[in-house]
Amino acid sequence: MIADLITIGGSAGSLQVILEILPRLRSDLSTSIVIIFHRKATPNPEILINLLALKSSLPIKEAEDKEKIKPGVIYIAAANYHLFVEKDHSFSLDASEKVNFSRPSIDLTFITAADVYKNHTMGILLSGANSDGIRGLEAIQSQGGYCIAQDPATSQVPYMPAKAISKKVVDHIATPAEIADIINNCKSTVS
Amino acid sequence: MELQTVRDEDIEILLIDLHRAHGYDFSDYSRASMKRRLIRLITIDKFPSFAEMHYRLIHDSFYLRRFIEEITVNVTEMFRDPEFFKYLRQHIIPTLGTYPFIRIWVAGCASGEEAYSIAILLKEANLLHKSLIYATDLNPRVLEKAKSGIFSLKSIKQYSENYLASGGYEDFSSYYSAKYDVVIFNEALRKKVVFSTHNLVSDSSFNSFQLVLCRNVLIYFNTHLQSHVLDLIDKSLDNLGYLAMGTKETLRFSGISPKYKQVDTKEKIWRKHDS
Repeated sequence: MIADLITIGGSAGSLQVILEILPRLRSDLSTSIVIIFHRKATPNPEILINLLALKSSLPIKEAEDKEKIKPGVIYIAAANYHLFVEKDHSFSLDASEKVNFSRPSIDLTFITAADVYKNHTMGILLSGANSDGIRGLEAIQSQGGYCIAQDPATSQVPYMPAKAISKKVVDHIATPAEIADIINNCKSTVS
Repeated sequence: MELQTVRDEDIEILLIDLHRAHGYDFSDYSRASMKRRLIRLITIDKFPSFAEMHYRLIHDSFYLRRFIEEITVNVTEMFRDPEFFKYLRQHIIPTLGTYPFIRIWVAGCASGEEAYSIAILLKEANLLHKSLIYATDLNPRVLEKAKSGIFSLKSIKQYSENYLASGGYEDFSSYYSAKYDVVIFNEALRKKVVFSTHNLVSDSSFNSFQLVLCRNVLIYFNTHLQSHVLDLIDKSLDNLGYLAMGTKETLRFSGISPKYKQVDTKEKIWRKHDS
């Protein structure tokens, strides 16, 4: 499958899933990945990045304002800012109102990613108690991108993926291991 | 209305017409945020199409004020990021106290919460009497609110928590009087803040300062406009003056960075060392 940008959104119970997926990813992946976690701003955001980096052979970093999106890099959205994807394949940050009680909002990153990467966008929605991400998956689907929800049976908090499935904005339901396989099978058109 | 229903070309044309008709130049604003706010405005003001909003904006100067207010992000709080204010209180404000007169610029002040926070810090350091805070924004509507010094009682709870977390030790409620569901900040604070319109895109440097705060403003600009604004701030900053930016903003990649040294590993505060 072709995907230039994979956007992953997760709320309560999603950190475990990411920790399960990361070690399974092949180290020569050329697709870029951006992960939006709902989390509180902490004085030491590098703790989360370091924790994830331990599990990953791909480079992991917090997405910075105006940073160019590079192939094969995993970006994490900063706490307390929305993360937008720009037409020139860079990120920008936004400190406006919370959306779905969340900042960063999964919806906003998914929607702006779909607007740029069109049908080469993949959206993955993981465990969570929020309805953030549904509109985002809708936007990805309407651009011809591919949408995955974590199998609610494997989700610590099934509400978010279950809601996406019931809204019919999901092309595929997958366990964490299957999600890793799908990502590994992605090819990027960006070099 | 979703993102794909507005064409990017139409946004570019709107921005060009807006600049021509009213002098506001948004061409170097980050597009994703701009596009989202345009669509949001079309939705809440119930325009049947993008073109109808475009027409109204160009021909109705009353609507222009609303447009400017809604298209820019004006979300702010008092003592937002309390750790940052604690650092100002402990390390920067005492240094400023050595000057005979203190001039501070809050660039992109929105509804003024940060300017009043700074006024409180100065008051508690016994420096307010010899200080003046210039707080500017391009947005006349939010400046009116800022000038009034009136804020909703609802937000005060969060503000006083932030105040305490930033090392505040006074009774926060001594800084305002509450009436119904609003509070008004004391005259003593209000008279030390000068609010005025200033557009970072098109206006030039208007004074020199020992501290400039420009937090969560540059993220809405592209790199070209970011470096333009940083040059403007550099021109407005005394040697050995301080520049404070947002938690996720940096001076690192800008042309003026060789002249500046970050004063702390964590806080986004730089000091100018012009030799």
